[in-house]
Amino acid sequence: MSAKDEILGRIRTALADAPQAPEVPRGYRTSSELDEEALIELLVDRLVDYKAGVDVIEESQIPQLVADKLAGASSVVTPQGLNPQWLSALPGTIARHVDAPGDRRSVAELDAISAVVTSSAVSIAESGTIILDGEPDQGRRAISLVPDHHVCIVPVSTVVQLLPEAMPRLTITRPLTWISGPSATSDIELERVEGVHGPRTLDVLLVRGM
Amino acid sequence: MTQVFLGMPAGGLGNLVETEPFPAAAHRELGNTQMRKNLRHATHTIRDKRLRVVGELPDWEQLRDAGSAIKNSAMFNLEERLLEFEKNFTARGGVVHWARDADEANTIVRDLIRETGSTEVVKVKSMATQEIGLNEYLETQGIEAFETDLAELIVQLGHDKPSHILVPAIHKNRTEVRDIFLKEMPDVDPALTDEPAKLAEAARKHLRAKFLSAKVAISGANFALADTGTLGVVESEGNGRMCLTLPETLITVMGIEKVLPHTDDIEVMMQLLPRSSTGERMNPYTSMWTGVTEDDGPQNVHIVLLDNGRSRVLSDSFGRSALNCIRCSACMNVCPVYERTGGHAYGSTYPGPIGAILSPLMTGIEVEKNNSLPYASSLCGACFDACPVKINIPEILVHLRGEDVDSQRDKHKIPTQMDLLMKGGSWVLGKGKNMKLVEKALPLGRLAAGKNKKIKKLPGIAAGWTQSRDIPAPPAQSFRDWWSAEKESK
Ligand code: SF4
Repeated sequence: MSAKDEILGRIRTALADAPQAPEVPRGYRTSSELDEEALIELLVDRLVDYKAGVDVIEESQIPQLVADKLAGASSVVTPQGLNPQWLSALPGTIARHVDAPGDRRSVAELDAISAVVTSSAVSIAESGTIILDGEPDQGRRAISLVPDHHVCIVPVSTVVQLLPEAMPRLTITRPLTWISGPSATSDIELERVEGVHGPRTLDVLLVRGM
Repeated sequence: MTQVFLGMPAGGLGNLVETEPFPAAAHRELGNTQMRKNLRHATHTIRDKRLRVVGELPDWEQLRDAGSAIKNSAMFNLEERLLEFEKNFTARGGVVHWARDADEANTIVRDLIRETGSTEVVKVKSMATQEIGLNEYLETQGIEAFETDLAELIVQLGHDKPSHILVPAIHKNRTEVRDIFLKEMPDVDPALTDEPAKLAEAARKHLRAKFLSAKVAISGANFALADTGTLGVVESEGNGRMCLTLPETLITVMGIEKVLPHTDDIEVMMQLLPRSSTGERMNPYTSMWTGVTEDDGPQNVHIVLLDNGRSRVLSDSFGRSALNCIRCSACMNVCPVYERTGGHAYGSTYPGPIGAILSPLMTGIEVEKNNSLPYASSLCGACFDACPVKINIPEILVHLRGEDVDSQRDKHKIPTQMDLLMKGGSWVLGKGKNMKLVEKALPLGRLAAGKNKKIKKLPGIAAGWTQSRDIPAPPAQSFRDWWSAEKESK
């Protein structure tokens, strides 16, 4: 008998008493009562708590803020679908790389690049979570992982308060990365230390009117 | 490891069994005062954090109710859910393997690695692979496995065993960690201090090259969604993202109980899990993948669905809810027994209150070394209150104690000491006359206690009681005698 058949047979025998599966009571909160300002305030509070950098800005300020955040960088990678306008204020001294289908940056190349700029899909204010889903303005998972500094654009229209509100906006079968602050560990005496293997610096630009 | 198992279905193999009975292991571990200090500090810190973030959610109890029902409904239809998962994961380019036990899972993983031609793998924390002893097995097969989680790295470099499921190196303090790094990391800066940030940086440097060159990664999974074939890993450091994104081949080893019926279930689990485990509103990183995504991440994706005693747990209608466990570790952080003995005393991969039920349920209570685990509890109930999926651990502990007594009786075919004790107890307590007779023996007890008025050792199975405590000598006069004398003098 194959392992599969045997395991499924064991499960059938184990459940011979035919327990009835319960209805799942979904009495938890599924919709927000916060207005936009309160929502922004909540998300900022959570991100600051995680030691991420946060600026709340207008769309027109994106190029300047991106340039400010990357002031210390020597090179930057962006996914092919990122609005090129957003990098328009970058000084020429910062080398630019694009990761595009058919023209991928290798892991070694990414390791030599100091920063990455991406957009994001959905964010959850209550837990301070930003979700990337691999759309062309966010790119492959590797590009937002290997460089040590991640500048992430979060349009206010993509922010919800609660996790259940984020679910209908997600395509679950896309490769998803949920980010809540820069990489961290609490493995030594449970003291949270920011910055292990993922990007050690996370700067979030929260953009109104977008 | 070979075990003789009685009854059906087959019990789990691997690191599920105590190497010695809990009382003996606990006795030794209690002598390690540094470890106890570290543990106390850690469990108390995490407890407070957890209470704070749980208190923030007005609907915490509703989330627990939903979480418990989701897991029950997954377990009660497990066959269907697994088949559905297999269909969806396969449709998106993943390959599903089934493993009856630890040995079979280890062999499958070895063969998959061999096919790639690689002799090295990176690993992201997985309890299932620890349960089946995968690293040790691969080593015998000429394959080196590198743990990448900071705590696992500390444990691996220190030639140690994990003592907590979430923070496996919780028993080591910063200075001990630094000493391990200095001794075991070839490329480490000899001036390394014991500041946690510096230690984390040393780990980053140590593992960076491994991540960037690894061809094969092995992971666990926190959940699998039946309706889409999606897998998820919850982590903090980014080592998970590295393992799940950069290598060409990804092999996930997952217990069959990790399957969730619907996509929407993660909106419940991802609120319950981080708050219960690290006491954070959300863990820094969660990755989800569904089979193979063209041009993004590993292109050769496998999952090994592991039974290893889980179907056996399912067959126990009282104990099966132990499979609902999402490995958050809240129960061990609140447990007074765990706080003092630490995780090592439980022997198995699964320590603390959940381990005390899960290990014997997986192997079968007749596995001699595990039959003391259900007694490793004062039944205070703190674990039940903390559990995000409402597993009634105390109730299952009591149930397993009953099973243990029955199994002893079956084995010995003669009344056990426990039976005699209980029979004796009912005789003594049943009639005032009998009680009086026994009380006559009180002076004997005083004799046994000696001058310092303490009984150090009781005979027979009652000896367990005196292993960790002394009993005060019985009084010179029984309550009943005193009461009659009182009445007469009035
Ligand atoms: S039994 Fe409950 S509290 Fe303990 S680890 Fe499992 S889910 Fe967490």
